[in-house]
Amino acid sequence: MLQYLAKRFGRSIISLFIIISVVFILLRQMPIEGYFPNYEKMTDLQIQNGLEALGLNDPIPVQLGRFWVDLLHGDLGESITYRQKVPVTEIIAEKIPYSVKLGSMAIVVSLLAGIPMGAMMARYKGKWFDKFGTLFIVFIQAVPAAVYYLFIQLYGTIILDIPLMFDPSNPKSWILPVISMSLGNIAYYGMWLRRYMVDETNKDYVKLATAKGLSGNKVFFKHVFRNAFVPLIQYLPTSFLNTVIGSIYIESLYSVPGMGGLLVQVIKKSDNTMVQGIVLLYATVGVIGLLLGDILMTVIDPRISLSKKEEGR
Amino acid sequence: MANSIKNHLAGKLEDALTEDLKKKASSNYEGLSDEELFTFAEYNSEEAERTGYSNYSYWKATLQVFLKNKVAVFLLIVMGAIVLFTFIQPYLPNQLDPNLINNNPMTFMQYRNVQPGELPQFILGTNSIGQDLWARIWAGTRTSLFIGLAVAIVEAVLGITMGVLWGYVRKLDFFFTEVYNILDNIPQTLVLILISYMVTPSIQSMIFAMCLTSWIQMARFIRNQIIIIRDRDYNLASRCLGTSTFKIIMKNLLPYLVSIIMLRMALSIPAAIGNEVFITYIGLGLPSDTVSLGRLINDGRELMMSPDLRYQLIFPTIVLSIVTISFYIIGNAFSDAADPKNHK
Repeated sequence: MLQYLAKRFGRSIISLFIIISVVFILLRQMPIEGYFPNYEKMTDLQIQNGLEALGLNDPIPVQLGRFWVDLLHGDLGESITYRQKVPVTEIIAEKIPYSVKLGSMAIVVSLLAGIPMGAMMARYKGKWFDKFGTLFIVFIQAVPAAVYYLFIQLYGTIILDIPLMFDPSNPKSWILPVISMSLGNIAYYGMWLRRYMVDETNKDYVKLATAKGLSGNKVFFKHVFRNAFVPLIQYLPTSFLNTVIGSIYIESLYSVPGMGGLLVQVIKKSDNTMVQGIVLLYATVGVIGLLLGDILMTVIDPRISLSKKEEGR
Repeated sequence: MANSIKNHLAGKLEDALTEDLKKKASSNYEGLSDEELFTFAEYNSEEAERTGYSNYSYWKATLQVFLKNKVAVFLLIVMGAIVLFTFIQPYLPNQLDPNLINNNPMTFMQYRNVQPGELPQFILGTNSIGQDLWARIWAGTRTSLFIGLAVAIVEAVLGITMGVLWGYVRKLDFFFTEVYNILDNIPQTLVLILISYMVTPSIQSMIFAMCLTSWIQMARFIRNQIIIIRDRDYNLASRCLGTSTFKIIMKNLLPYLVSIIMLRMALSIPAAIGNEVFITYIGLGLPSDTVSLGRLINDGRELMMSPDLRYQLIFPTIVLSIVTISFYIIGNAFSDAADPKNHK
């Protein structure tokens, strides 16, 4: 197991290296106008000096090398256009807490609502609760999030009498963003848990348990549920870690000063250092989430083993 | 202790069953001679030909099961009608151009924000600069469906080919996993911006940008499925008998996956349409003279705060929702129908 983890960790580092290098090279293909807010008024000399100061005149491998050396010293550089001369880490550290707080709350809410929903739907398959739940899931999937978020904000603020905009000091204003963000996940957890539980119900061990006289609820929640939940466990760490990405719709609707939309914004402003920093963060989070998910799965279900020797072909 | 009781009970049960069987057998055939009990079957060449014949055809059975799902068939007809109508709509009489800004011939003012049904020539009203919403919705549906369909086809072809290789050929696993990590982490925004610098943004460049990174998701999905069935006994047997890899993939692996691939494809059409809405939202969408559902919804969002203009958001949302629900339900029904376990 340890050997497997070490190997996988090493591979992840290589992946991260390649990802950042590819993004780095892609970023260098962007037109140079983006680096200077007042490009039209600048003389050729000023532009050359500006590029020199940003270190963009060196060949790409040299720039890439410099970036990696700085990174190993924990230095991600300073923002170029987004907030000039402010270290990237400082900007990100300022914004992450908002997104993580809202996102984690949304995931907790969606787990608390989605799992009972999926379980009940599978338990009473074909009954009115199942039909009602399916209707909800289809609705959430069909109506674009951008649209129902708007309606929630519009009517939610009126009905509950809470402020329209997000305010960190007023917990009431957190309710609507959290609910909006969790709706999609409630549908997701509900849909997949139902699917997995229904599949699991047809297995032999369930028939045996019923045959030997266990009560329906006991079979369902002690046996079926625990087995059906394993595939979902794998996504849990990823979903919690992915909250650093933030929700672009929600955060712009309620003007939350979080990470949502930051990446899009800095790419549009060709703020290379910011883009590199954010991509590195997202990629790291993605790789760690996958690894944690796999480990968690082996802990929950001891039959799964990651380091199993695969027979060769 | 418990075991001995069980054995005892089982023994008792067996005795009772044998007794019962004997009684049944003897009651029917008692008093018959051997000749009456056994007669030779006559050889009939026609009968012999018929052995093992079944008129089962996979696709026919699939179609039959699918047609039994009334809701799915209804939605399929609705979708067919929508697709057909997006094509014939421009040729119907009295249709306006989706980009034409309509002026009032009396006052020479634009017909701004005409409510649905207020004027006979604008069935669904007009937008804030006097363009006909009816024409725009159909033009937008045409564009969005085209994008969705094109992306789904490219994803299917590339994704299935690469996914099968990734899953079946162990040596390629490392390589593809690396490609996946990279493509999954390159921001779509960056790709879209770079492409828009290289070529003028158009439907084609949008489809290209969407496919560039999304096929790997399909490939990963296929790969996971392939890995599950790769070493099942029937595949091992084929391999041992020397069947070529290509034939195993075409005859053993892919037919097994038809139902899930179909479902995945049906869902990737609305996903691509939704992605277009998102891309338009972040400001990298199609040029403004190409109408799409994404553009209509984003135009509508801006007018959300005034209740009497909300129709400009609601109409395109309804069309998008119908398309999504239809593909979702048709995909699920077809996937169920394509599973031979559900055939009679």
